[in-house]
Amino acid sequence: MSAPAATGSTLDRVLGARVRRAKGRRRVMLILVALIAVVVVVSLMVGQTFYSFTDVVRVILGQDVPGASFTVGRLRLPRVVLATAAGLSFGMAGVAFQTMLRNPLASPDIIGISAGASAAAAFAIVILGLSGTAVSLVAIVAGLAIALLVYLLAFKGGGGGSRLILIGIGIAAMLDSVTAYVISRAGQWDLQETLRWLSGSLNGASWQQLAPTLLALVVLAPVLLGQSRNLASLQLGDDTASALGVRVERSRLTVLVAAVGLIAFATAAAGPIAFVAFLSGPIAARIVGPRGSLLVPSALVGAALVLVADLCGQYAFGTRYPVGVVTGVLGAPYLVYLIVRTNRAGGSL
Amino acid sequence: MTATITRRDSNVASLRRPNRVRLSWLLALVVLLALLMVASLAIGSRTVSIGDMLLGLGGSLDTLGQAAVNKRVPRTLLAAIVGAALGLAGAVMQAVTRNPLADPSILGVNMGASLAVVTGIAWFGLSTATGYIWAAVAGAAVAAVFVYTVGSLGRGGATPLKLALAGAATSAALASFVTAVSLPRGDISATIVSWQIGGVGGASFDSIRPMLPFFVAGCAISLLAARSLNSLALGDDVAASLGERVAVVRVVAALGAVLLCGAATAIAGPIGFVGLVVPHLCRLLVGVDQRWLLPFSALAGAVLLVAADVIGRVVARPGEIDVGIITALIGAPVFIAIVRRQRVRAL
Amino acid sequence: MTHNHTLVVDTLSLAYGDRTVIDALDLAVPSGRISAIVGPNACGKSTLLRTMSRLLAPRTGHVLLDGASVHRMPAKELARTMGLLPQSPTAPEGITVADLVGRGRQPHQGIFSRWTRADDVAVADALDATQTAELADRAVDELSGGQRQRVWIAMALAQQTDVLLLDEPTTFLDVSHQIEVLDLLTDLNRSKGTTIVMVLHDLNLAARYADHLVALAGGRVYAEGEPAAVLTEDVVRVVFGIESRVITDPTSEKPLMLPMGRHHTRDAGAATRHEEPT
Repeated sequence: MSAPAATGSTLDRVLGARVRRAKGRRRVMLILVALIAVVVVVSLMVGQTFYSFTDVVRVILGQDVPGASFTVGRLRLPRVVLATAAGLSFGMAGVAFQTMLRNPLASPDIIGISAGASAAAAFAIVILGLSGTAVSLVAIVAGLAIALLVYLLAFKGGGGGSRLILIGIGIAAMLDSVTAYVISRAGQWDLQETLRWLSGSLNGASWQQLAPTLLALVVLAPVLLGQSRNLASLQLGDDTASALGVRVERSRLTVLVAAVGLIAFATAAAGPIAFVAFLSGPIAARIVGPRGSLLVPSALVGAALVLVADLCGQYAFGTRYPVGVVTGVLGAPYLVYLIVRTNRAGGSL
Repeated sequence: MTATITRRDSNVASLRRPNRVRLSWLLALVVLLALLMVASLAIGSRTVSIGDMLLGLGGSLDTLGQAAVNKRVPRTLLAAIVGAALGLAGAVMQAVTRNPLADPSILGVNMGASLAVVTGIAWFGLSTATGYIWAAVAGAAVAAVFVYTVGSLGRGGATPLKLALAGAATSAALASFVTAVSLPRGDISATIVSWQIGGVGGASFDSIRPMLPFFVAGCAISLLAARSLNSLALGDDVAASLGERVAVVRVVAALGAVLLCGAATAIAGPIGFVGLVVPHLCRLLVGVDQRWLLPFSALAGAVLLVAADVIGRVVARPGEIDVGIITALIGAPVFIAIVRRQRVRAL
Repeated sequence: MTHNHTLVVDTLSLAYGDRTVIDALDLAVPSGRISAIVGPNACGKSTLLRTMSRLLAPRTGHVLLDGASVHRMPAKELARTMGLLPQSPTAPEGITVADLVGRGRQPHQGIFSRWTRADDVAVADALDATQTAELADRAVDELSGGQRQRVWIAMALAQQTDVLLLDEPTTFLDVSHQIEVLDLLTDLNRSKGTTIVMVLHDLNLAARYADHLVALAGGRVYAEGEPAAVLTEDVVRVVFGIESRVITDPTSEKPLMLPMGRHHTRDAGAATRHEEPT
């Protein structure tokens, strides 16, 4: 048999499919960015006082508009920026976890990392009386520690994704009870506020509070993006990834630290906005297709989710719901649906 | 030759654990429970002397100590009853689902009960203990059926992993709804939060009484199903060939478990992991025979919860830590240990 | 044509805890040939292959590729020369054949470098060589076992390595797909000169398809060489612990091993009858 040279038709086919998909992918991302831009502008316009589109644009451009400069620039803009940053962080970190552990259920909000950051943050606020960056730091250290603990417990005994998820669920249950204890110690006055924070809320966002989250995003997102090829190989199993020249442990550790960092900084600023990390990846995969890295599409989906949910939570219902309640109520049925679908398909999870 | 025979004998003996051993464990547990209940009466923000305790039990309220004992009696009783209910419910659930991870909290049953109660409080003005119980039992039943259905879809039926994931997902979903229902109601959020964390602290005889019929019915149903559950342990096909009506056994036993944990949740709030940990420990003591395991689990559940209540009062003196928090801190590591020990394929 | 590479295992030892799995093993893989490693369960054959591809670190000894230790060289550099198809690789849900095969290009790409025409050509070549071009747009989950294995081999081909290690490439396949996969590997070896090392379960298939047969027992090489020299009744007795008869396969002229149990041999029936009363 002679050496199979690439026949023209196969090459055309491979090339054509790739170009088509790259185009489709670019189009979807553009639509997502446009959607985010629209929701951002709408969020800046509506509220107790309505400001016109031109007012909003002028404020963003730094011009002084009476009234609008304060309401839009000082109150609404930080909120919207926080929503976007938190959504980007959750979306990107969530899909990094899901890809790395090869399981859609292995997102940080299900395997206890968000629970760890929350418990630590609640402890820092209620018991230690900390605020601002100190709370973020405590949340990050706790998130990393929990991630490491779950990882060690799951992998040192040998085994894989499903074991890790169950162990994460157990750890999350424990941490939730710690959070419950901290709340029970909170004064009556703090109670509502702590609850609100724990369900994920953008209330009272300020530039000061935003700075660490934005900084984390700027530093850590490129680190994750740099790992996107390795992540794609890790999806094929540790052995195959290693055969493809990936240093499995080092790559996994890098992804772990970067993703936990993103989650923890965002959680410290906005609370554990329920299910955004978990939902963004599968939604992005659905609209972009499984081809290529999902990090950026999932980050965009995350931002869109948080922005839309916040807008709905504020104005769509009679009472103002924190954003996390909206994403929780939207996301929970999807989680159940995902399990139903996987079970039906006979997948091993 | 002699040596071989002796060894074989001892093997058989350990397979059919002699009742003498089981009875002595039973006695030990009863004594332990009694001691813990005495401790529960004596220990708290005020430690009470033996004399005061006896007088307080007799109904005397003359000293502060006696009054404290008087207040601690219903609390101790409630802890024992709730613990027994949860331990028994957990053992039954593990038998019905043949799943080592089955537990009212992991299967989402507690959260089902929570959502029903919270919705009842927030929207329907639910306020009586009996009302709580009916709502909780209904919520628990719906959640149990839902989780089991979702978990048993697809190949391989209800594997431990699929059930645990379905339960966790359902719990998360229900928890979101609980938050959504309770958050806009600032007026009742304190009631809901204190109920949710779970506790036996505020117990009185009046709050215990409505639970008793449910507790008795649940215990009776569960214990009567014990023999059939033994057959079920061999797999549905074998159980059917042994003459069990598998579906009936399952439904009846599950009903018993739901009555027990629904009622317990209604009175004491969602308390996790008792139903998980207790049957596993009891299996080490008495083996897998459900006729022994079920009563043992009830007794050990009572021991665990009374102990957790005492611990909660000791470590945070002069404050208290609710039992639900203590049991989660004790139970979650056990859960993790079980998960780690299982072979991946068995999950 | 590919370059010649030397792949040498030098006094390699490896243990899981206290249990020694590979014991001071020496092996020189002939370049440009097909080698098959056989042996009973738990003789260390998979462990050996996994150590050769640096999935496992040896306790002592080296695996040398062109004289350099594979455990010391940069991961990507190794991945451009030597590929591995593990026993049960996992395909992400919904991934298409072309995309999966494209993942084999990873070692040839930098962190942010773009996909090039060379990558497309490599993928198309791999699809053609494995006759999976027709499947290019299908999802991997939908394929049959044999098709799926061909796609995984295509991924390893897209990696364009001169040495390819395969861990039991025929497990879970029925006999027609086993032959299909082994024929494909033979094509690859004959047309491109790729050095192939595979662990195989089936002694007879190993003897038929391998140029070089390696029989492992107790973590050591018990016999290696031409299949006809290695697959003998004595070797089977020592390595697998069973009696057998080895005849010459009339279709391939290679040795063919017929295992003998306690029954179904000419005199076994009589023996059983005699023993029954006791």
